[in-house]
Amino acid sequence: MFLRDTLLNRLRRGCQTLAYPHGPAPVLPDRHGGALKLEAAKCPPDCTACVAICPTEAITRQPHKPTALDLGRCIFCAECVRICPAGAITQTGNHRMAVRRREDLVLGAQGQEQVRLAGALDDRLRSLFGRSLRLRQVSAGGCNACEADTNVLSTIGWDLGRFGIQFVASPRHADGLLITGPVSKNMELALEKTYAAVPDPKLVIAVGACAIAGGPFQGNPPIRNGAGDCVPVDLYIPGCPPHPLTILDGLLRLLSPEGIPADL
Amino acid sequence: MPEFLDHVGASLTRGGRLSSLFGVPTSEGGALQLVAVLAFDASNTLAVGRSQPFQGAFPALTLHHPQAHLFEREIWEQHGAVPQGHPWLKPVRRDHGAGPAVGGFFRVDGREVHEVAVGPVHAGIIEPGHFRFQCAGEEVLHLEIALGYQHRGVEEALPGGPHRASVHQIETVAGDTTIAHATAYAGVLEALAGTEAPFRAQWLRAIALELERLANHTGDLGALAGDVAFLPTASACGKIRGTSSTSRRCFVATGSDAAWSGRAAAPGNSNLHAWPGYAPDSTPPCVTSNRQPRGSGMPRPSGHGSRTPVESTPPRPAKSGWSARPPGRAAWCGTCGLTTPTGWYRFAQVPVSVWPDGDVFARARVRWLEIQRAGEFLRELFDTAPDGPLQLPLPPPTPNTLAVALVEGWRGEVCHVALTDARGRLERYKLTDPSFHNWTGLALALRGQAISDFPLCNKSFNLSYCGFDL
Repeated sequence: MFLRDTLLNRLRRGCQTLAYPHGPAPVLPDRHGGALKLEAAKCPPDCTACVAICPTEAITRQPHKPTALDLGRCIFCAECVRICPAGAITQTGNHRMAVRRREDLVLGAQGQEQVRLAGALDDRLRSLFGRSLRLRQVSAGGCNACEADTNVLSTIGWDLGRFGIQFVASPRHADGLLITGPVSKNMELALEKTYAAVPDPKLVIAVGACAIAGGPFQGNPPIRNGAGDCVPVDLYIPGCPPHPLTILDGLLRLLSPEGIPADL
Repeated sequence: MPEFLDHVGASLTRGGRLSSLFGVPTSEGGALQLVAVLAFDASNTLAVGRSQPFQGAFPALTLHHPQAHLFEREIWEQHGAVPQGHPWLKPVRRDHGAGPAVGGFFRVDGREVHEVAVGPVHAGIIEPGHFRFQCAGEEVLHLEIALGYQHRGVEEALPGGPHRASVHQIETVAGDTTIAHATAYAGVLEALAGTEAPFRAQWLRAIALELERLANHTGDLGALAGDVAFLPTASACGKIRGTSSTSRRCFVATGSDAAWSGRAAAPGNSNLHAWPGYAPDSTPPCVTSNRQPRGSGMPRPSGHGSRTPVESTPPRPAKSGWSARPPGRAAWCGTCGLTTPTGWYRFAQVPVSVWPDGDVFARARVRWLEIQRAGEFLRELFDTAPDGPLQLPLPPPTPNTLAVALVEGWRGEVCHVALTDARGRLERYKLTDPSFHNWTGLALALRGQAISDFPLCNKSFNLSYCGFDL
């Protein structure tokens, strides 16, 4: 009876994998807010309300320069959105925010009100990884939130395998590393060894505010301020933690210019 | 000092549980004071003791009270005070230049014995730690677990605070226990300020805490099912976990927005203004007291008629939460939500789940029971929403005060202790995640088992690496 119940239950549930990317993307939770947008032109003169309240010093304002918001340091608490008297910083509700270059996460300059989203890998790397990308995940001081939201991608709801992407146990079987956490100094050596064990050519993906810039712990003596301090990073995925949709979008963006594998 | 140790030792002998034990450096030429938080579950009381300042060494409690073993190693690591006679004195998380797990492992010798070293990087999406097995064939004779790889300096960053980033650091002490730690932090700050969060905030914190419990237990049951190759349950639980995870950290991500509902935090100088009110513990602390110059316990009843549900002798070394079990007897659920209730738990309690055994199945079963009871409790909570404000101003912390908050997180008891200085700033902040008690429990549970069962056994505990490493 137990076996029959199990099978019936399974049949009743049907296919639970989300329709995205062919169908619409799942809606972000109300209070998530998505990527931030900074229209520095709206900033009142000499206003530093957001600078003073930002817990990770992601916002800076130098004299005679536009306000700058570094989404790499941002933990998306949205205090700045609430406190801004001019509505210069807003939530876009957009889950897409992965970038290829660190500086593409810095908002504020004219024409750079939003993140410059990641482009695809070059033709050679895409021919290597486009249909089969194997990643080794390394948590280096991660709090288990980014890890959990990466893990979710392997469940039936997201089914990362259908894009040819898989997490593997050995760095020698991997095409790249997906790093979470600020890189605690106690993990530095292990991370370097893991990186060295991945055969060339290899990718490094930094997931979460900690892995990009140290997150809430930046500046603490026992950590480095992000994976970029130890290994070259090819893709930055901001968030604290990033929504699984943000992570998935980042990975797919590497593999195809449209963000959707062509043959899927 | 001897008076303090005698008192703590006697309290442990008569059934006390060591919730926390730590050092507080004094300004007097490098002298150290010890602070102990003791819980007496049978009488619903907590006691806090503080030693006279001392220098150098002190006789180890561990010799007679193994539950002190890791605390004393930590005191030695952080302050250099030697617990004399400690049988296994080595660092808890420190790096000696070559990584935290280099050298000094207990070894079993013999022609048939071999050693297996695993980690820090594991085969999966999981935090780092090092496991050193001594095996005779498949059988594990001894397992030693070396952690410290995740050390981010959480406690060291808090003195002088609260700082702007403090609440966010607390929320990420363990990203799967965000609500419990944030609730404890709020409890400590509110206690230091001599206030209490509005009822509506306390109610929301209880909801968030139970959702966190549900999400993690569900995910872990799925992981256990996967490890015994029963994929239907693994898939189903993975799917639920992925769409209902609740802690703000985990959950921002995976979908539900329960954790974001409402902001109950308080403005003022503290960081709480930055804090969505979903979680803050309200009730002040189980214990607040002016700092005592002498080391004597300060018991104060904190329960409201609740009883300790099961007769329970904490195992040795002490474990906390559902994974604590007297050897061979009961899977024993953490009870601090019941024996020293705070916040909304003063008005409504969840029955404690037990199962008459202490193996992987028992741990899975207890979690299943906790899922059901948390669900029933949530349904009750939804019907009893209190009115009123969600936020109140938070007064500044009282100078020279000690506050304790205990919260029953999904792994067990989360204990936060804060001491303020003469200006009302944090002078010392001590966090004890339930994982700190329970990693040794996992090591002992493996003795006599097959090494191939380790992944399953490990998942049944699912302890936090970063919550331990801080």
